[in-house]
Amino acid sequence: MSTGAEIFQPITVQVADIALARRVRRRWWLALALSGAATVAFVATVVWLLATGVGIWGINIPVNWGLAIVNSIWWAGLATAGTLISALLLLVPGQQWRSALNRFAEAMTVLAVAMAGVFPILHLGRPEAVHWMLPLPSTLGVWPQFRSPLTWDVASLLAYLLVSLAFWYVGMIPDLATLRDRAGGARRRRAYNRLALGWRGSALHWARWRQAYRAAALMAVLAATLHSGGAMLFAAGPSAAWHTTGLPPYLLASGVFSGLAVVLLLTLSLRAAFGLGAVITGRHLDIMGRLLLVAGLAFLYGAATLAFGAWYSGDPRQAQFLVERAVGAHAVTTWAAMALMFVPLQALWWRRARRAPAVLAAVALAVVPGVWLDRYVLVLGGLQRDYLPSRWGEYAPTAAEWALFGGTLGAFAFLFLLFVRFLPLVAMFEIREATA
Amino acid sequence: MNTAPPAALLASFPDADSLLAAARRARQEGYECIDGHSPFPVDGLAEALGFDERRVVLLAGAGFVGGFSLALLAQWWMNAVDYPLNVGGRPLAAWVAFAYPAFELACLAGAVVGIAAMLLLNHLPRPGHPLLDVEPFRRASQDRFFLSIATVDPRYRPRRTEAFLRDLGARQVLEVPP
Repeated sequence: MSTGAEIFQPITVQVADIALARRVRRRWWLALALSGAATVAFVATVVWLLATGVGIWGINIPVNWGLAIVNSIWWAGLATAGTLISALLLLVPGQQWRSALNRFAEAMTVLAVAMAGVFPILHLGRPEAVHWMLPLPSTLGVWPQFRSPLTWDVASLLAYLLVSLAFWYVGMIPDLATLRDRAGGARRRRAYNRLALGWRGSALHWARWRQAYRAAALMAVLAATLHSGGAMLFAAGPSAAWHTTGLPPYLLASGVFSGLAVVLLLTLSLRAAFGLGAVITGRHLDIMGRLLLVAGLAFLYGAATLAFGAWYSGDPRQAQFLVERAVGAHAVTTWAAMALMFVPLQALWWRRARRAPAVLAAVALAVVPGVWLDRYVLVLGGLQRDYLPSRWGEYAPTAAEWALFGGTLGAFAFLFLLFVRFLPLVAMFEIREATA
Repeated sequence: MNTAPPAALLASFPDADSLLAAARRARQEGYECIDGHSPFPVDGLAEALGFDERRVVLLAGAGFVGGFSLALLAQWWMNAVDYPLNVGGRPLAAWVAFAYPAFELACLAGAVVGIAAMLLLNHLPRPGHPLLDVEPFRRASQDRFFLSIATVDPRYRPRRTEAFLRDLGARQVLEVPP
């Protein structure tokens, strides 16, 4: 019979040493410097925006939602996939393969929700009054209006961010204890011990921990399904393009689709960068490929349903939006989105493609911008063509808007690199449990 | 020289099964102040040590229900009582609209209360626990399994308990400093 040392030591050493290695590789510094520069540019643009106002954006009436809202719902969509992989699959028995992926998928979720939350705040005409969206008692005597989906969006983003953060951290406590016990220096040991809350793997602690972790997972799944507060905000508005109850599931399905593609990209990068082939096996890639295919087909079905609904409703405005999408001002963007999202995806019907990292990366790299373009057409198409042709207008994003988008990409990468360097990026204890 | 009696005896085992078997034997023997330490949750170990509670789950559920009710009540009070705003004659107490933020806050409250209950009942954070000063115990978060018997246990006898632990197949028996 093999002992614990033989079975568990390889995974522990491999994962813990990524965070504890004394020498950091040059590639990491390079990536950190690049994303750090983008983060600085992001902060500078935010300062410029706050000093000048949203006039530096291309938005106006009638197109008063631009790139900021496109980016916000794109980031929020990405986040849902991380919750799906980690929380939903925790509650499904016999899903041990999630253990290799859940930790960094959760990190992706937390960071993506944070990025999604930045844009609506920047979009406020008066960002200094952001606390007015919260029910804080003040001498003003005014409360938020909860019959408006604007407040739903605030509640759902905030709850989703906090629940996914708590779920991520609680799941990480036992692995932080492993880092503490393998850390060389006394200072590092103390720091990781604080983060691990002095975790000592007690049987009673584990039992209560498991109950709390499962409860938090359930809450995280619910929060993810309801992150569509933003979608309700669209659907409740007067724009014909958005005025459908199908919008929340539409955004959820495309969000899961794009988020899975991002998780796949992160999986492939981390696997290659740290030689994690033994932890993240070909089977993991195969399953991820299947999930991506299923999510893509589900979204295709959702998009088709929405189009059918628009036509079948008999409402000429909704039908007009369909025509606009197909042959109007955004026709090129629409068809580019469709091609990027659904054409390379079909390769995943073949097992050999699902096991080939290069093919998977190519598909994921097409899906992510594809979904972003789809969001672009959804937001802009809904605003440029109103019921009255006299109210039609155009929109072009400005440099400031692109800088903010690039800036959130940079900030996301910057924070994710720090996570990879200092925190346990694979759930070691879950893999031990699965191999025991 | 330190002559104070140790706080506990710590026996190490190579795998989860032998720890589980040892925990069961120790319970049968009548020891009460015992705990297991493992690098992952071992199925049935807590139950073998007498763990039988669902407080964390119940409190998380209570947090969910309480969060939902409180959020509904607060929204109703804010929008229908304290600051009634007539929007085209629509009802002030819009329960369906209120349900959405209430559900979100219920999820948040359920997760937070469950986690807080877990930490409180586990007496965590406790970064200065004496076990963490025992050098070999560092393996407890990696690849080794430990059973500890506190010296306050009524059945504890210095020599006999140590012999008992060795008899259970412990690779090593250590003293935890007080």
